[in-house]
Amino acid sequence: MDCCAPERLDDNFAADRNIVLVGNPNVGKSIFFNYLTGLYVSVSNYPGTTLDISSGKFENDAVFDTPGVYGVGSLNDEERVARDFILSADIVVNVIDASHLERDLFLTQQLIDLGKPVLVALNMMDEVKRNNIEIDINKLEDQLGVPVIPTVASKGEGLSEIKASLGLATNGNSIFSKYPDLKEKLFIVTEKTRNRADALLLLEEDENEIAEYGNIAVGAREEIYIKRRQRVDEIVNETVHYNQSKSLFKNKLSSWMVKPITGIPLLGLLLYIIYKFIGVFVAQTVVYWTEEWFFLDRYEPIIRALISNSVGLNNFFGEILGGEFGILTMAVTYTFGLLLPLVAGFYLLLAILEDSGYLPRIAVLVDRFLQKLGLNGRAIIPMLLGFGCVTMATITTRLLGTKRERIIAIFLLGLAIPCSAQLGVIAGLIVPLGYKYILIYVLTIFIVYVAAGTFLNKVLPGESSDLLLDLPPLRLPDPRNVLKKTYQQSVAFIKEAGPIFVLGAILITLMKQTGLLTMISEFARPLTTGWLGLPAEAATAFVMGIIRRDFGAAGLSTMVLTAGQTTIALITLTLFVPCIAAMMIMVKERNLKESIMIWFGSWGAAFLTGGIVNIFLN
Amino acid sequence: MTLADTKSGNKVVIEKIVDKMTRLQALRFGIGEGSEVECAGILRGGPVILRKNLQEVAIGRKMAEKINVRLKGAV
Ligand SMILES: Nc1nc2c(ncn2[C@@H]2O[C@H](COP(=O)(O)OP(=O)(O)O)[C@@H](O)[C@H]2O)c(=O)[nH]1
Repeated sequence: MDCCAPERLDDNFAADRNIVLVGNPNVGKSIFFNYLTGLYVSVSNYPGTTLDISSGKFENDAVFDTPGVYGVGSLNDEERVARDFILSADIVVNVIDASHLERDLFLTQQLIDLGKPVLVALNMMDEVKRNNIEIDINKLEDQLGVPVIPTVASKGEGLSEIKASLGLATNGNSIFSKYPDLKEKLFIVTEKTRNRADALLLLEEDENEIAEYGNIAVGAREEIYIKRRQRVDEIVNETVHYNQSKSLFKNKLSSWMVKPITGIPLLGLLLYIIYKFIGVFVAQTVVYWTEEWFFLDRYEPIIRALISNSVGLNNFFGEILGGEFGILTMAVTYTFGLLLPLVAGFYLLLAILEDSGYLPRIAVLVDRFLQKLGLNGRAIIPMLLGFGCVTMATITTRLLGTKRERIIAIFLLGLAIPCSAQLGVIAGLIVPLGYKYILIYVLTIFIVYVAAGTFLNKVLPGESSDLLLDLPPLRLPDPRNVLKKTYQQSVAFIKEAGPIFVLGAILITLMKQTGLLTMISEFARPLTTGWLGLPAEAATAFVMGIIRRDFGAAGLSTMVLTAGQTTIALITLTLFVPCIAAMMIMVKERNLKESIMIWFGSWGAAFLTGGIVNIFLN
Repeated sequence: MTLADTKSGNKVVIEKIVDKMTRLQALRFGIGEGSEVECAGILRGGPVILRKNLQEVAIGRKMAEKINVRLKGAV
């Protein structure tokens, strides 16, 4: 995580107070953050994808946005991050979804129990009205003992009241006032620690606190959780009234999404839309304009002319800059003309999917299938993200329950999930060949994916963990959030891929100049020509593919191949080694040994499968 | 009976959640031993979806088999 511990941020300016925004995932926190700080930040809809902390300044105070959590503890990364910021807070602004009070107040009560001054933003009041729920806000305030301000953040209602009420944040009614025996326990531990918050977390068996203080307290997590739950249920019973409401369309849609009979067609429809949008519209139409019309026909000739008028084209530097694999020609055209539109298109769809609340429902739908591969439904998130960029997806495998699941997911990501850049190039090459070849491609990759997962599930010791997932309400995504996210992720892509491309271009040019490329092509001839039935130059694409897989696929686009050859080459390249960036992340997230096994495993799987398809096609 | 034996639309009372971590996480979502919930959907061989007011939680099959429930009204 490239973010900053609260202490370090404080160095930047002398903040009077730390204001920390806390809430469950998707409650609208980031809107409050932006309102207070005047800064816009990345907004993510799914637990596991919002690990960045946004910080900003409001008057003389520092403001922090934390990842959405259901409670404070050390159950996962989000909680560990949120916990650190909460402990450093002078004021906690707790944003809660008023239509899900039973869930959200658990965190609120915990914040109060920690002894932090809390201000509650009772958000989503429009949803409350729509669902015919009545909330007695005065009574809620009374019960909690902290100010509660109703808001509709998406419409800007109540934001200024929150700003004006920051100073009113106060310690509320903790569960300890009701349970003397718990209070006694807390008191004893507080004596031995720096403060009450640490003491409570110790009682709640928080790993980090235990690591710091040692086993100085007898754990009472379950007892505290049960009492807290009882207290919250009590508050909800007294203050909230759920009237019979007519079934809303989105509730029906939600249940259709998870029922296989309707859910699978809906998912199919979604995939078809993705295919139409990315595979046809972006990969064909948009890329025609960006790559051919602009970069190849207009930009490259100008650059070549410039180079030949200065350093000259037919020398070493000329080749490096403007040759067949030049950094100003090929690398630029691939990155901006070909890959950027594809990646941006994909991130746009993904952002819409994330913000709509559809993703967790897909997770439910595919849970049974993924269990067979030793994963659970949650793994759909890194898998889908993998279609964006395997590197980023590899990091999000952290949200999977066990080490075993992470190994399986990372291997499958490296092996059989083409990233958007590569997928776009693949789509561009294969869609014109017609449905038969598309089907061969998709089926082959799918079979390899399932086979590899099933195999790993059999050989790795242990079993997969189970799904336990909160299904957020379906929502129309906010276009601003979606665009912002698309923009940020596309920029991140260019920053990550750009330098590797330039490096790759230089490497390839060097290999070509020194004759190494021809040597490799000759050397690999039995494999490329004999086994895969491809022309010998295809080896170049594979060499490029080692650097980046999309780079390799793009290398194919300039070769003259039959439909069958294209399909085989694409299948082999898809299954081929993960790109350098993904490898580096794998080493970091797992270890060198596992990564090398994944790397060679991919070689084997790629050429084996490519060869088999070659035999079948001929 | 366990949660895995419920049918969509059944209203049940949670009697016992065997696994400790599940018990703790469920408490955070608003579901504890003694809670009344509705089965909002169950996928064959797959997860069970529980609803309590507007809150929906999906629970994997193996976990659901380790949660004892009784139909509301039954003793
Ligand atoms: N209906 C409704 N939607 C809201 C409200 N506040 C935020 N949202 C939407 O809820 C979604 C999640 O908000 P976000 O700020 O990303 O939540 P965060 O994950 O807690 O930071 C966005 O699509 C918002 O537009 C509200 O008061 N009413």
